[in-house]
Amino acid sequence: MQQPGSRIQVPLTVTELTRRIKLALESGFPALQVVGEISNFKRHSSGHLYFTLKDEGAQLSAVMWRSRVPSLTFSPEDGMKVVATGRLSVYEVRGSYQIDVSTLRPMGTGDLQMAFERLKEKLGAEGLFDLSRKRVLPRYPMRIGIVTSPTGAVLRDMKHVFDRRFPAVELVLAPARVQGAGAADEIAQAIRDLNGLGGLDLLILARGGGSLEDLWPFNEEKVARAIAASRVPVVSAVGHEVDVTIADFVADLRAPTPTAAAELVVRDRAAILELLRNSCYTMQESMASRLHHHRDHIRHLLKSHALNRPVDLLHRHSQHVDELNRSMSTAVAHRTALAETRARALMDRLAALNPQRVLKRGYAIVRREGTVVASRTDVRPRDRVDITFHDGAVSSTID
Amino acid sequence: MPAKKNSNPVFTFEDALQRLEEIVHQLEDGVLPLDESLRLYEEGIGLSKTCADRLSQAEVTLKRLAKDMEGNLTLLDENEE
Repeated sequence: MQQPGSRIQVPLTVTELTRRIKLALESGFPALQVVGEISNFKRHSSGHLYFTLKDEGAQLSAVMWRSRVPSLTFSPEDGMKVVATGRLSVYEVRGSYQIDVSTLRPMGTGDLQMAFERLKEKLGAEGLFDLSRKRVLPRYPMRIGIVTSPTGAVLRDMKHVFDRRFPAVELVLAPARVQGAGAADEIAQAIRDLNGLGGLDLLILARGGGSLEDLWPFNEEKVARAIAASRVPVVSAVGHEVDVTIADFVADLRAPTPTAAAELVVRDRAAILELLRNSCYTMQESMASRLHHHRDHIRHLLKSHALNRPVDLLHRHSQHVDELNRSMSTAVAHRTALAETRARALMDRLAALNPQRVLKRGYAIVRREGTVVASRTDVRPRDRVDITFHDGAVSSTID
Repeated sequence: MPAKKNSNPVFTFEDALQRLEEIVHQLEDGVLPLDESLRLYEEGIGLSKTCADRLSQAEVTLKRLAKDMEGNLTLLDENEE
């Protein structure tokens, strides 16, 4: 379209116009801060955050590139009032403009942030965060105290992890409100109660994600003191990965989330079952090889000369006995023969001495009252005597 | 929900696994007399079975700490939901 009386206006291309807008916006609005409420919050798989900042009258697209995300000290959610710092940029392809957010903080947290820093400095100076204070967690905790809200998903989600990984544990819930006024008192009391109960291997302070205000009880001194005074090691598991609390600094271990705490404090049962299987296998193998060794040894012994010697000895002994037997019989026979010869000679000699043979030659024996009369002086007249001949005896009277 | 008696006997994996490790080493060394080895072997198999049984439990035992009017601490069974 041409207007009379003016210079001929060459139409701009859309690209040119957009480039001019881009130039005007980006130079006209250097780094700025804007207050608004988050809506349509999306965490893209690329890691970039996309959302809209709005108030009653208008809305503004916002993006936080992945490289900026680690600087977040809280988890942005729809409905949160925030202060975004960044620069305006124009996305030419879509003809839209947006704010590239470099930092984002919850609205009205300036005071809390200062309180956080002051307490952190104070407790740090007291040495409450010292690494030397950190206790080593037991390898196989059997009783675990959990301080958290009895309602809500946190406890249930943690229990599921324990059920899956190491169901041999006993969980003791010490219920406490985890946000709002009085929550810090309840959390601190729950820590003391679990210590009073005794018999626990460790404690977990657990809370799901939320704003800095929601997590605030875990930044209070009374909670920090209760953790420091706990005789049982304490694991803090508050909010999301990006949320850091004073409780995290005092605790013996910080877990990024409640379920991560459950994963961290117990070993996976699959690994332990594998260990048990290996142990059984090793024991069985050791015993089997031991018994095998013993059996071989016994077999070897059975075949060995040493074990067979008794049989040898027996054979040899019985042979000896046989020999002895034989020589004994010979000896006996010889002796018998000798004895017989001697006996016969003695009998001949005895026979020679037999008085009968003398009597046969005409001698007689005279006895007075049974006593042999060998001399004439042994008898007097009228003594009765018996005279024995070789073939009989007669009685007589001395004249 | 009534308070129930603790169904888990005092049993620590730490102790059981440490003892099991000792037994495995002693059996591997093979210097003990045979009857002593057999006794240890039975103890070791028993320990590993106890541990495995505990790990095959369907779910953890969940208790809730409660206080009575005098402020005494008691444990309530929370598993039966």
